[in-house]
Amino acid sequence: MPVDTWLHFILGFMIIGAIAALEIKDILSSIIAIGIVGLGLSLAFLYLQAPDLALVQFVFEILCVIILIRAFTRRGQHPIGLKRDVPETVIAITILSVIFVLSIFAFKELPSFGKPIVRVAERYLAKGAQETGSANLVTSIILDYRAYDTLGEVTVLFTSILGAFTVLRTIGRKHRK
Amino acid sequence: MTETKGMSIIVKTITRFTVWLIFLYGLYIIIHGHLTPGGGFAGGVIISLSFVHFTLAYGREFFLKRHKISTLHNIEAGAGLAFIIIGMLGIAWAGSFLANFIDRGTLFTLKSAGTIPLLNIVIGAKAGMALYLVFYYLTTHRSFPQNYNEHEVKNEPQNYTK
Repeated sequence: MPVDTWLHFILGFMIIGAIAALEIKDILSSIIAIGIVGLGLSLAFLYLQAPDLALVQFVFEILCVIILIRAFTRRGQHPIGLKRDVPETVIAITILSVIFVLSIFAFKELPSFGKPIVRVAERYLAKGAQETGSANLVTSIILDYRAYDTLGEVTVLFTSILGAFTVLRTIGRKHRK
Repeated sequence: MTETKGMSIIVKTITRFTVWLIFLYGLYIIIHGHLTPGGGFAGGVIISLSFVHFTLAYGREFFLKRHKISTLHNIEAGAGLAFIIIGMLGIAWAGSFLANFIDRGTLFTLKSAGTIPLLNIVIGAKAGMALYLVFYYLTTHRSFPQNYNEHEVKNEPQNYTK
């Protein structure tokens, strides 16, 4: 079967998983349904022949599910019972359908699958191995041609741990008298 | 095994066999980042997963007896500093920030690609420690107790005096 068929199957599966994650009342089942979305994305990357991304996505999704399960499923925590109001549902469906119609027009303008507008990838593919000496072209791009982006990624990691530490610390600073 | 924290003895025994295999796999992914799929970030997440595996199976107290949290903080911040230092060395030798100033070597060998393996190792240490610390703080710091509202009312006025 062609790649597109598999991609449509996986994307449909991910959408079903996302809807299940929203609708299930039990929070543990909901988190596992979120995991379906990430692992489906990992499979989609694998079908699109991007093993680097698939590996990162797979490993990271497992870590995310572990963190969510450990952090949010505790004893005595009850799910919030949601009652749907009719006007809110009508407004949400209207806005979503407007976005859907607009996105149909927007996606027609996008370049077709596998034919990018930006031509810089051709230079990477042609000369990347000689210029950087790295056999893995993805690594040669993110750590040589685009190393500034990786510096930003490192900053994001540093900020995330700083934020988690600052928000969640239990012992605050002592006050001066 | 007199430890009462953590999971059952079956999980602890299996963990003893699997945790270092996961750690070595993460190291392999980092060191071979310029040759095979993967790289610093993926390997770092795998290393942090091995730490998470250890913490979940043996409990937090057992982990804290062997590793200091401040050491993990130092590794994480030092890796961020090392990334910038390698970038600065690029200015000194090759003229631009984060330039590849080491000899490229021969393709498809472990010792090739100049600064890319160094940066992979730095990012691996950074990502591994940072993600483990995020896991640690999110799971062990119980900032939402059961009687949250009561707790808030009791402690709030003291926190905001002056």
